[in-house]
Amino acid sequence: MLIQRASDIPSSEITSETLYHNRREFIKTASAILGIAVAETIIPGTPTAFAAAVPQAKGRYDTTEKPNSFEDITNYNNYYEFGTDKADPAKNSKNFKPKPWSVKVEGMCKKPATYNLDDLIKGFTTEDRIYRMRCVEAWSMVIPWAGFPLKALIDRLEPLPSAKFVEFKTLVDPNQFPEQRRSFLKVLDWPYIEGLRLDEATHPLAFIATGIYGKPLPNQNGAPLRLVTPWKYGFKGIKAIVNIRFTDKAPVNTWQQQAPQEYGFYANVNPNVDHPRWTQARERRIGEFFKRPTLMFNGYEQVAELYSGMDLRRNY
Amino acid sequence: MPKFNRWWILKPVVFVACLIPTLWITRAIWLTYQGLDGGLSANPIDDVIEFTGIWTLRFLMITLAITPMRRITGITSLIRFRRMLGLFTFFQGFVHMMSYIGLDQFFLWSEIVKDVLKNLFIMSGMIAFILMVPLAVTSTKRWIFRLGGSRWQAVHRLVYLSGVAGVIHYYFYEKSDIRNPLAYGLLLFGLLGFRAWHAVRQRALKVA
Repeated sequence: MLIQRASDIPSSEITSETLYHNRREFIKTASAILGIAVAETIIPGTPTAFAAAVPQAKGRYDTTEKPNSFEDITNYNNYYEFGTDKADPAKNSKNFKPKPWSVKVEGMCKKPATYNLDDLIKGFTTEDRIYRMRCVEAWSMVIPWAGFPLKALIDRLEPLPSAKFVEFKTLVDPNQFPEQRRSFLKVLDWPYIEGLRLDEATHPLAFIATGIYGKPLPNQNGAPLRLVTPWKYGFKGIKAIVNIRFTDKAPVNTWQQQAPQEYGFYANVNPNVDHPRWTQARERRIGEFFKRPTLMFNGYEQVAELYSGMDLRRNY
Repeated sequence: MPKFNRWWILKPVVFVACLIPTLWITRAIWLTYQGLDGGLSANPIDDVIEFTGIWTLRFLMITLAITPMRRITGITSLIRFRRMLGLFTFFQGFVHMMSYIGLDQFFLWSEIVKDVLKNLFIMSGMIAFILMVPLAVTSTKRWIFRLGGSRWQAVHRLVYLSGVAGVIHYYFYEKSDIRNPLAYGLLLFGLLGFRAWHAVRQRALKVA
């Protein structure tokens, strides 16, 4: 499969009419709460131009919740390589080069090599996945990803029976990532590292995204390929992956290394285990006024069997 | 030059200048409400909370800078702005706390109490605010007379603790990027350190 470039996209597919759709809903709710009179009323499910552009929920893993706008998904990001403000990734990623791209595969597998990205994912059918994404900071979005199951990639690389974990690394390139140029008071240790247990990685929900809204993945969202594990906090979704390593030891992911008492290896969404500095019981869906309750495993209960018998209070 | 003039002209100017952050965020909320770009992110509520919080800290630093600036520059009339700046700090802090209580917690008092007691992050912010309440209450001339100058001054030294709690609160707010909290911490250290240095020097001069 070739990764499509932005120039392939007809302008008719760009969802400009809906840029402020979610924000409007937030505003209407807010004004209703505050008792401010508004001319329009809130009509749930009002048909908009949005419907035409959004991939419809059809797969068994898709949520039927309304996706956030392309605008919100691509302008409210945590991607510390580009800066720590939510607006920094969109602002500072304009000249990022996701192509050509190579991925080094190493460790306990039968196909270790440095692959050109196109070769690595050749033949995979692109599918849409409408997933919830819950950030550890207690906000969430619904994102229509495009990509392929991580299992397809893992199977292609043929991990050895001894491999128990898979580790991912983000690109290190101070020329492209402004925060990596900083040596004093570094925000994080680079490269950004994430990991999954192999049975997590091969779960049908685990996904590699190469696009959003049917378009190539924007740079600020982790182009050209990023991990999506919707039952885990968003920081597990490592971006701009250049390294995949199979191992028998649990990788130490970046945030765990940064603050082990606050972030663990598993990082499963869990409303019952608070972050030491804030509650995880509720979340604000971007575009909504009130917070909603956070669901166990972000509502993806089918992963519970992966953790049967484990104390999720200890393995946070 | 007559004595009364320029400071009484400057006061309304400073007052209006102090309103700028509040006017900006009000405009941003209004534009967002209109569905326009008000300069806020996709998460405007968190933006409002963050904005009012950082401005509380900024006003606090400006207020605390008055005394050192008077001593360094010799422009003693700067004291005329101190109460107003202090009350703006309190106002920003009040809006900040209310946006947490109203927009983040939706007045769920049980959750708020739990949050304050459990999280050092929220607790330090609440302490920083509560310490400012007696200062705002006793900010009038009447209260200065009622308490007497030295006792009034002693009460108002609570602002130092409020500043420390505020910077700690900011530190806990950041996940890993501690550059800004560190900068505010150093600034506060400088502002309080100047006072300590000055007090020690005064004592030494008296002895000599």
